[in-house]
Amino acid sequence: MRLVLRGITKRFGSVVANDSISLTVEPGEIHCLLGENGAGKSTLMNVLYGLYKADEGEIELDGVVQNFTGPGDAMAAGIGMVHQHFMLIPVFTVAENVMLGNETTGFAGKLDLDAARDRVTEISDRFGFHVKPEAVVEDLPVGVQQRVEIIKALSRDAELLVFDEPTAVLTPQETDELMDIMRQLKEAGKAIVFITHKLREVRAVADRITVIRLGKVVGEADPKSSNAELASMMVGRPVELTVHKDEPKLGADALVVKDLRVVDVAGHTQVDGLSFTIRAGEVLAVAGVQGNGQTELTEALLGLQDDVSGSIVLDGIELVGKSTRRILDSGVGFIPEDRQVDGLVPNFTIAENLMLNRSFKSPFVKNGGLRMGALREFAQQKLKEYDVRARDIDSLAGNLSGGNQQKVVVARELSRDLRLLVAAQPTRGVDVGSIEFIHKQVVATRDSGIPVLVVSTELDEVVALADRIMVLYRGQVVGIVSADTPRETLGLMMTGERPKDLEDVAV
Amino acid sequence: MSTVTTPTPADQGGLAPDPAVTPTKAAGAKKLPIIFGVMVALLAITLLRSSHEGDTTFQLAAESDFVALPDITVPSMLTAWLMVLVCAVALGESVRRMVAHVRQPMWLPIVFALAWMTGFLSWAAADGRIRVVSLFAGAVALAVPLVFGALGGVLGERAGVVNIAIEGQLLFGAFAAAITASLTGSPWAGLVAAMVAGALIALILGLFAITYFVDQVIVGVVLNVLVVGLTNFLFRQVLTPNSDSLNAPVGFERMPIPVLGDIPLVGPILFRQTALVYVLYAVVAIVAYALYRTRWGLRVRAVGEHPKAADTVGIKVNLTRYRTILLAGAIAGMGGAYYTLVAVNQFNREMTGGAGYIALAAVIFGKWDPIRATLAALLFGFATNLQGVLSAIGSPVPSQFMLMLPYLVTIFAVAGLVGRSRPPAADGVPYRQQ
Repeated sequence: MRLVLRGITKRFGSVVANDSISLTVEPGEIHCLLGENGAGKSTLMNVLYGLYKADEGEIELDGVVQNFTGPGDAMAAGIGMVHQHFMLIPVFTVAENVMLGNETTGFAGKLDLDAARDRVTEISDRFGFHVKPEAVVEDLPVGVQQRVEIIKALSRDAELLVFDEPTAVLTPQETDELMDIMRQLKEAGKAIVFITHKLREVRAVADRITVIRLGKVVGEADPKSSNAELASMMVGRPVELTVHKDEPKLGADALVVKDLRVVDVAGHTQVDGLSFTIRAGEVLAVAGVQGNGQTELTEALLGLQDDVSGSIVLDGIELVGKSTRRILDSGVGFIPEDRQVDGLVPNFTIAENLMLNRSFKSPFVKNGGLRMGALREFAQQKLKEYDVRARDIDSLAGNLSGGNQQKVVVARELSRDLRLLVAAQPTRGVDVGSIEFIHKQVVATRDSGIPVLVVSTELDEVVALADRIMVLYRGQVVGIVSADTPRETLGLMMTGERPKDLEDVAV
Repeated sequence: MSTVTTPTPADQGGLAPDPAVTPTKAAGAKKLPIIFGVMVALLAITLLRSSHEGDTTFQLAAESDFVALPDITVPSMLTAWLMVLVCAVALGESVRRMVAHVRQPMWLPIVFALAWMTGFLSWAAADGRIRVVSLFAGAVALAVPLVFGALGGVLGERAGVVNIAIEGQLLFGAFAAAITASLTGSPWAGLVAAMVAGALIALILGLFAITYFVDQVIVGVVLNVLVVGLTNFLFRQVLTPNSDSLNAPVGFERMPIPVLGDIPLVGPILFRQTALVYVLYAVVAIVAYALYRTRWGLRVRAVGEHPKAADTVGIKVNLTRYRTILLAGAIAGMGGAYYTLVAVNQFNREMTGGAGYIALAAVIFGKWDPIRATLAALLFGFATNLQGVLSAIGSPVPSQFMLMLPYLVTIFAVAGLVGRSRPPAADGVPYRQQ
């Protein structure tokens, strides 16, 4: 199926998310939409899928102009979408998810589950997906859930498949498998739109690349272009892709974690006997697929988990059992993985957000009252120092872009006397410019002799920042290895396998 | 350093590994022994503190039985202590399972509850008679509005709309049924009117909760208060002056079913009821079947779990929610008809007396499942009827205490006696389309 988008414009209030975007996708090709977070790629695809209504422009499939009123129309026209956040019902089985909205029924609306199971098995076998129709979706690993999404689209005879940031939740191995699936689908004559901001993937599969920046098409790129060329096109200026850092100047053991165990509310052991040490002036980066205990580990360090055993000793002081406020006061800085939920109060101003971790005493509180003058002065200074692009310190944090929000969080956490920095997903959903800036700050923190724990599901980030890498799988350490370990080895370790000849690096 | 080695399963073709099987604390395993222990101790203390010598007769047959089961007469105290022993054995078993970290099976609390109840009754009714049939038949009858209400609640919440307004739907249903049955002389017309009334309340709920994103709990509570005020006003101004023409409904007559009604014990309990009760059986069966086995049910559950996902496969989320809560309102309204067409053939102010809230508790106790919620509602009905029966035979338990019983059971039930329950993921969350 040949897709033509002509002059699509979509506005949200005064923000123009898509500015007259035109695009052609041919059958049997993988067409990459490359752009930074917030460039408008997902908005465009949601317009195509009927989730948003375009303000201007038209969608044409095989020469026929379409007028979608909802996703149902788009699906009927042969468009399938694999969403970034899976559109699957966790408590339903695979077969139920695949049939939903497209059910075959018998007498009085009785579901024909057998037909649905057969359909899943047929498609799964044809493409080698290994998906069992009776499995309940929430029990499946994300990689398999994604294949369920693909089956869902294929079961409706989709001829155009849209993959919206499909690799964000996958291990490197799963990503390679997905690439193979996409090539297979291409061979089968499907048209594929692949949305991403990861350059490596684009160059691996794309037949054509369209780059989008700030809601506009900036041009087509050759799949043979170098990373640097693609990145500068995406960002609009030359970009530093590697993080420059000197050899670490290691100090004494600063953070010593022994046999840490965290059990969550549902009774599952999420962190299972972790032991590691970080020395002063060192970055230990935690690699692993999301959901392997990283969140619980960082929250345990901050005293945010209830059921914690083992020991966490920072500069000789035991942290397990201490309240979060005590832990903060003992010099732990924390960049949480979800800034919208744990990092900021969206309805507070930038200045107010900057004092959240020091809301009890000086410098901003005196005799129970706020010292507004000191706070404003501090906020003005940090705004400049951390290059937060905002109108002024009284802007609401919720109105800032992702990158600027994250800079506010980083500014708050780094402007205290730290003894440990815990940075969870420090650059998730952040533009390339801000990523550069935040990485520099993390390295500067390490160079000032502070131990740093970085948690990231992006292997690139782990490799760029780490002095040593700790790989987690199902709450356990697979290994602590040196930063120059090959990516393939790390990817393998993220699936829980450990090469026999691999040595842990000493502290 | 610990090492983790997981063989990549060959049948997965070297794809992603199976989901983690994390060691799980047997959730709720400790609760059962604790509850058992407290209950056994309570019963034993009661027996020690106030001994009742004499015999207790359990009458199993109804008056007009085809095959009459004989009465069972037992020595009161001996039986009671025997049952304490049975309960203690059940307690021991549950403790053993807790220590061994084994799952507590479903039959254990059932055996315990039966033994405990028998022991308690033989003590409470010493030198008296327990009419087993009327105890249970009455429980079924009293549970009718609770079951209808709970089904309405289950349906609404499964679609993602919290329905606090069950109480209002019951009361308005009772009111509409009374007037309509009085005017037409037909209880069936009254029933239809009750359904319309319940659906009307649901429509208002939907308008605010679905279309205008108002907090669903607040709308529900306000609707309950509104219905109380409205029916009180109309009762005073319209019904009381014309009570002969407007508030003298023709009710449903008791209607034994020929063959089924003659089965000993079960027949008189289940099949010598009014037509409304038979309607209830049908509604329970249909809702349970439809929710899990039909396209309609699949879509309702999808909308309540993950509305966005439902939207992306072309299901109209808010339309589905509207349709579901209108149906749920109609079902709850039928429960209201019980008050004016079966229990009392007359409408009175606030005659539902909080049954809607108990139905809401049954929804949670029943884990948002139509069959379980029905059973929960039956349990509450039983507690209510037990109170009536015991005070009638002059039991030594103070009647004020007995009046508390249904609510006490409700609190324990909702406090999670049956383990963690998991509501539909999008329960109470309005869906906004971009």
